Amino acid sequence: MFELLGIAPQALFGQLLLGLINGAFYAMLSLGLAVIFGMLNVINFTHGAQYMMGAFAAWLLLGLLDVPFWASLVIAPIIVGLFGIVIEKLLLKRIYHLDHLYGFLLTFGLALVIEGLFQWKWGSSGAPYPNPIPGGTNLGFMFLPTYRGFVVVAALVICLATWYGIERTKLGAYLRAATENPTLVRAFGINVPRLITLTYGLGVALAALAGVLAAPIQQVSALMGVNLVLVVFAVVVIGGMGSIMGSIVTGFGLGLIEGLTKVFYPPASNTVIFVVMALVLLIKPAGLFGQTK
Amino acid sequence: MAETLLKVAGLQAWYGESHILHGVDFEIRRGELVTLLGRNGAGKTTTLRSIMGILGKRTGSIAFDGKETIGLPSDLIARLGIAYCPEERGIFSSLNVDENLRLPPVVKPGGLSIEEIYKLFPNLLERRTSQGTKLSGGEQQMLAIGRILRTGANLLLLDEPTEGLAPVIVQRIGEIIRQLKSRGFTILLVEQNFHFAATVADRHYVMEDGRVIDTVASSDVQQSIGKLQSYLGV
Repeated sequence: MFELLGIAPQALFGQLLLGLINGAFYAMLSLGLAVIFGMLNVINFTHGAQYMMGAFAAWLLLGLLDVPFWASLVIAPIIVGLFGIVIEKLLLKRIYHLDHLYGFLLTFGLALVIEGLFQWKWGSSGAPYPNPIPGGTNLGFMFLPTYRGFVVVAALVICLATWYGIERTKLGAYLRAATENPTLVRAFGINVPRLITLTYGLGVALAALAGVLAAPIQQVSALMGVNLVLVVFAVVVIGGMGSIMGSIVTGFGLGLIEGLTKVFYPPASNTVIFVVMALVLLIKPAGLFGQTK
Repeated sequence: MAETLLKVAGLQAWYGESHILHGVDFEIRRGELVTLLGRNGAGKTTTLRSIMGILGKRTGSIAFDGKETIGLPSDLIARLGIAYCPEERGIFSSLNVDENLRLPPVVKPGGLSIEEIYKLFPNLLERRTSQGTKLSGGEQQMLAIGRILRTGANLLLLDEPTEGLAPVIVQRIGEIIRQLKSRGFTILLVEQNFHFAATVADRHYVMEDGRVIDTVASSDVQQSIGKLQSYLGV
């Protein structure tokens, strides 16, 4: 079959793996965006910068304090999540009653400031982060680096755990209810403003966790989140704003589509996601899994 | 005579720029079932929302169990033991029946258990895994009432629980409200359906243009029927 298509299986599976890994990051990042958007009604354009901060936190923890990768996987998201909580308390909560545009301007401006500061302090060229699980397995049809396999599995676990937390737990029920009708949920005695702060912190921590996982694959650099976040926004739009399962499925799916495009028609690989976005918006403006309000 | 549980005095309230309540005064004693009657736009729902603290601006005094609540956010008011069942019922579509029922946190001991609530509303038990908004109007109303019985709140604010429901369901809700009263709940009921209200309440406050303009005890309803009809425009 492969001979028929004129494509080596190594190339095909290699790109599919790459697509799966990219998809894992799309899924984790769009998941955080969806959770934040559902609860805060703010499109968090700082997400890419917070992803970058996660990677930097891990890199600095290793360089300055010799904290190993596995510990950073927990510590870095907590640090960046706390930073997110401060941002929400100081800035975001003042604009909830305003139009979406203000949320966009604020979070976009914040991203520029944060990325600018990191660039000024550490420059634009990336720093490498050592691979915590070197080596790999020859599967016959392709070579699978162990760490990359780990990232795909870890992303799946993180996504499903988040989905479970939101769809199947008491705290998740509060979140879903408060997304629908915050006034009534508050009138039941739940401190909704605190719930909102917590949600933002969790969404940001998810971005940072993705950043830590990305550190050994990519260079840790101030601008690593810039291009990624553009694609992630397309994923969110395709999946449907605020849909949790939609983000996960669309994230992985689009990563694979991107990988396949690299095999069959490489010049289109950078644009294919945006073409899909345009098509989805034409046919189903609320997104594949979104509900029109 | 039982002590006063809720005392509202000189309550004024605004929706944005529009001034809705112009000095509302009334009180409810512990264990009483009191209705607010009045035409559309008289300020009945706004009064409930003001007591619950879910309105932008309000002044005056709302004392619950001796404690002033006018400056408190609604989550703290709820934690004092006041529960609210809104006119639009407020069933959450992303939660199933059971999740809807368990959503309001328990704020005090003495509430009904989940089993007791399902016994009171057997329909809900059958449909416990259905999406909340897939229920019929009557079932949604029962869910909206049922979920605030678990919290241990002793004052229930019910906003038009019979609106848009079939007569047989209205009757059932009347029975349930009477049962709740006999269990010791204090209830403030907003009703358009005077005939329904007359069968369950101890006392009626009549509202007009954002004020309470008259009080009628249930025992005097027969004598006052002409007066009430002119108030309500029926």
